[in-house]
Amino acid sequence: MENRNVNWLANLKYLFVGTLFGIVFVKAEIVSWFRIQEMFRLQSFHMYGVIGSAVLVGMIAVFLIKKFEIKTINGEPITLQPKQFNKGQIYGGLLFGFGWAMTGACPGPLFAQIGVGATVIVVTLLSAILGTWFYGLIKGKLPN
Amino acid sequence: MLEFIKQPWPWYIAGPLIGLTVPILLLIGNKSFGISSSLRHICAACIPANIPFFKYDWKKEAWNLFFVLGIFLGGVIAAQFLANPNPIKVNPTLVNELTNYGIVNYDNLVPIDVMNWASLLTLRGFLLMVVGGFLVGFGTRYAGGCTSGHAIMGLSNLQWPSLVATVCFMIGGFVMANLLLPIILSL
Repeated sequence: MENRNVNWLANLKYLFVGTLFGIVFVKAEIVSWFRIQEMFRLQSFHMYGVIGSAVLVGMIAVFLIKKFEIKTINGEPITLQPKQFNKGQIYGGLLFGFGWAMTGACPGPLFAQIGVGATVIVVTLLSAILGTWFYGLIKGKLPN
Repeated sequence: MLEFIKQPWPWYIAGPLIGLTVPILLLIGNKSFGISSSLRHICAACIPANIPFFKYDWKKEAWNLFFVLGIFLGGVIAAQFLANPNPIKVNPTLVNELTNYGIVNYDNLVPIDVMNWASLLTLRGFLLMVVGGFLVGFGTRYAGGCTSGHAIMGLSNLQWPSLVATVCFMIGGFVMANLLLPIILSL
């Protein structure tokens, strides 16, 4: 039965990491619509630097975790799921790219934009939830 | 110190901090970094509607919802206590272009000239916020992840399907920003 309920206390650490992450998002202006426009017009190196250095650090970290078989703080082995290729990564990827340039946000930044007080972005978030729901509804009919 | 923190953070500080989220989430709970899944969990929790895609125990994935709630709180904290008092510095070419569309206010993270409650009722605002949001939610789930799940987590784990997805995100963004958005913003 334990799995059926949300373990609030155990999840607080994710709230904490998410909060720090949100602060970085805002302070580095990654959640700025203007920075996203610059990125897609090749007018600034900023976003490329952010994503590139994030990937580099992530790659080194994952490499070290695998090489030394580092375990979690609870002693569990760390498992990484391979990503399966399907056409969704192409079609869905292009559609998300359109949405990213229009809203200036990926899913994470939407939450941060609302946090800084752009209340109208609640509508964008609700629409993104609806988009996800619609995907679930018509999933079987899409090329995959 | 606080004055220093209030300035916009450079990419070489922010990027590595974001990259560190990957090992932190793995180490504290064996969780793979990914944000767009939160939208699926919200659907599963609130509007499952008997759709197989939303029939799973979302409570097991609740950490993801705590994480995005944290991102929201981080936004609140950054805006309340760490805000940069100056408007964002944007490339002059972009400033010129945006002036043509009536976007002149750089005080916010979003262009409030075209993204506000009243503009939701205009075709331009509806396309930018409602249609744009829908594409973000639909596209990320169809692609199986977003910038965090594919571009950062997937590439960190050397997954080639994530590279395909990331390249497609960028192609979509380039086409929209350079070819379609000028039309939408002119509406």
